[in-house]
Amino acid sequence: MATSTMQFKIYRYDPDKDNAPYMQDISIEVDDVTDRKLLDVLTKLKAKDDTLSYRRSCREGICGSDAMNINGKNGLACLTEIKDLKQPVVLRPLPGLPVIRDLIVDMTQFFKQYHSIKPYLINDTPPPERERLQSPEDREELNGLYECILCACCSTSCPSFWWNPDKFVGPAGLLNAYRFIADTRDQATNERLDDLEDPYRLFRCHSIMNCVDVCPKGLNPTEAIGKIKEMMVRRAV
Amino acid sequence: MSIPVRKFDAVIVGAGGAGLRAAIQLSEAGLKTAVLSKVFPTRSHTVAAQGGVSASLGNSEEDHWHWHMYDTVKGSDWLGDQDAIEFMCKKAPEVVVELEHFGMPFDRTDEGKIYQRPFGGHMSNFGEKPVRRACAAADRTGHAMLHALYQRNVRANTQFFVEWMALDLIRDEEGQVLGVIALEMETGEVVAFHAKATIFATGGAGRIFYSSTNAFINTGDGLGMAARAGIPLEDMEFWQFHPTGVAGAGVLITEGVRGEGGILRNSAGERFMERYAPNAKDLASRDVVSRAMVTEINEGRGCGPNKDFVLLDITHLDPATIMKRLPGIREISIQFAGIDPIKAPIPVVPTCHYQMGGIPTNYKGQVIADASGKPVTGFYAAGECACASVHGANRLGTNSLLDLLVFGKSSGDTVIEDMVSMPKDHKALPAGFADKTLARLSRLENQTNGSSVNDTRLAMQRTMQNHCGVFRFKDKLEEGVQKILEIEKQVAVTEIKDKSKVWNTARVEALELDNLIEVAKATMVCANARKESRGAHVRDDAPDTPEMPNGRNDAEWHKHTLWSRDGNKLSYKPVNMTPLSVETIALKTRSY
Repeated sequence: MATSTMQFKIYRYDPDKDNAPYMQDISIEVDDVTDRKLLDVLTKLKAKDDTLSYRRSCREGICGSDAMNINGKNGLACLTEIKDLKQPVVLRPLPGLPVIRDLIVDMTQFFKQYHSIKPYLINDTPPPERERLQSPEDREELNGLYECILCACCSTSCPSFWWNPDKFVGPAGLLNAYRFIADTRDQATNERLDDLEDPYRLFRCHSIMNCVDVCPKGLNPTEAIGKIKEMMVRRAV
Repeated sequence: MSIPVRKFDAVIVGAGGAGLRAAIQLSEAGLKTAVLSKVFPTRSHTVAAQGGVSASLGNSEEDHWHWHMYDTVKGSDWLGDQDAIEFMCKKAPEVVVELEHFGMPFDRTDEGKIYQRPFGGHMSNFGEKPVRRACAAADRTGHAMLHALYQRNVRANTQFFVEWMALDLIRDEEGQVLGVIALEMETGEVVAFHAKATIFATGGAGRIFYSSTNAFINTGDGLGMAARAGIPLEDMEFWQFHPTGVAGAGVLITEGVRGEGGILRNSAGERFMERYAPNAKDLASRDVVSRAMVTEINEGRGCGPNKDFVLLDITHLDPATIMKRLPGIREISIQFAGIDPIKAPIPVVPTCHYQMGGIPTNYKGQVIADASGKPVTGFYAAGECACASVHGANRLGTNSLLDLLVFGKSSGDTVIEDMVSMPKDHKALPAGFADKTLARLSRLENQTNGSSVNDTRLAMQRTMQNHCGVFRFKDKLEEGVQKILEIEKQVAVTEIKDKSKVWNTARVEALELDNLIEVAKATMVCANARKESRGAHVRDDAPDTPEMPNGRNDAEWHKHTLWSRDGNKLSYKPVNMTPLSVETIALKTRSY
């Protein structure tokens, strides 16, 4: 079995025993065939040192648990090929959110923003006996929006979110806002636009496009934000 | 020692599909409800379901819930309870339409109705020919569903306790369940959730096997807690091996791929399913397809340098169909198999996927601990952790998502109903209710010269894989029981180096292993005891003969197994053959 050695620099901090965070140098033997993803290697590292802490669950890029900053760029450990990584591989928690421990951040602020956009279908007409009809074309409008996994890679790569996490909804929240605006079954478009028509909530987006660059699902929050802005302009005239 | 106590009307453990569906019922009814989850709700494993949720909506062709019921009974190899199966199939259109009203982004037909695709074992007119019954949102149905359910809970203001791990049930001397003891992962704090009703929706335990489509978090916590509290587990010998896990990685490739026209091929390029299931072919039931694949591999017709996988071919499909209906599968294939399925077939092997057994319940979600049929007061279960039993010896694809919706909802409704006759005040917690849990935690904290959690879990997983797989062998099973009992001794002395109070994942993994080992034991002991072949449980010493087709022995084994943790004792209870309104679907030899 062919193996090779990989070098890592990992952000470590346990508030229970460390006065301050530090970067730990670790090297590990990886199997060239079976260890393909960064999460495979993290699992191996944790088997050697069980204090290394990170979130993970599905290991296939759909649950959004193992987002972290990998060589300076946010991504999911389970979808990151190790062979593409420059060494030493530098792992840090997602930027801009408080660190709880090692690679685990406090996501309260991120979810607060997600919840603030009323992320649920609003339709107060009495529900029909059967499904509400929606044409395939109208349904297609939701593609590229509903697939968000709430991993926070985008929002925590966004400078506007770093400066104003309490006021700026951030790319993930805005993508989800547009997911409901774009849904022909939703009746709250005007209220949703009113809520976002605010110097901070929406207009802190300066189209830096870090969010697009890092999204592990290939989604485009900047485009969704652009469409929200367009709708605001259109309804103003 | 005492721990803080928090009071709720109801506590739901688990925030996957079943837990979230139950939570909607309780929150919207105004009950004070706590929902505990090890992960943020949208990270629960329901998110990984791909192909669809079944309901006889008949949006593309004629369908009927009775046909769906027949397929489910047949799929279960007649081990499913016919009252529960009727209940589920009849309710299916209602709960799926409700989900659409919640905002679920289903794909659409040209008329704007919910899109439906064919799936394994879904037939029209009592087994005649394939029917389009699987309601789908591309190949991301679970993701779309879980998010829609979470979103509905946001609207209903459900109170979540995110990243809390339930450790043990609280049960008093009369057997009544009074809540759970749980650990807050961020702080290490241990708290009692005192409730009049406790619903378990903790999901499966696929991580007892080495190769599994399941997430890391699927560690059978509800089953472990129930077993430790003296509740038996039902039909634990029945585990579904999904035919198409990505070879090596184990990641799921939905049956929807075959629903859209995908074909399984061996090393000669042959569509081998034609030999095993001449009628349904690649869309036969999962147990049938998995066995056919393993037979092909065992007989030397596997693919690759080690001839250890077969190929799932969709290269003949229109790339536009693949991009539209199977975009997630394409992503997964590129990520985990290193191939683009538009151009090359996907290497696949049967991979542990689903636990048919679980905590015994009736179709209302009430937990039934013994043959008397009397519910355990205050205790309910729904979803993969429960055994109603609708899946019997083999689950049909898309019936898991349906199970979550139907029984999540019905368990919630039953709690609301039962609450009416419950006393206004909570029944007092018994003295020392947290003692055993605290002792378990303190044992783990203070263990020295113990065993490694990682190595012990791996030993368990390899033992399950080698001794209790797609095909089972008498000697291997007997040996497997002994091995698992040995490994259990290692689990009792696990040691962790991490002593931090804050987000201690080492501690969580050790506590999860306490649950996994209960499930592994139950599985091995039940499988060793069942001396027939039925559904997903197929033994070499119960072969297919003219006297006993498929090796199924109805005279002796048409019954549910109940495993009790205390002494690994087994008992049995009859299969319910009395549907709620229609006639019994009589025992018959199963073929596709």
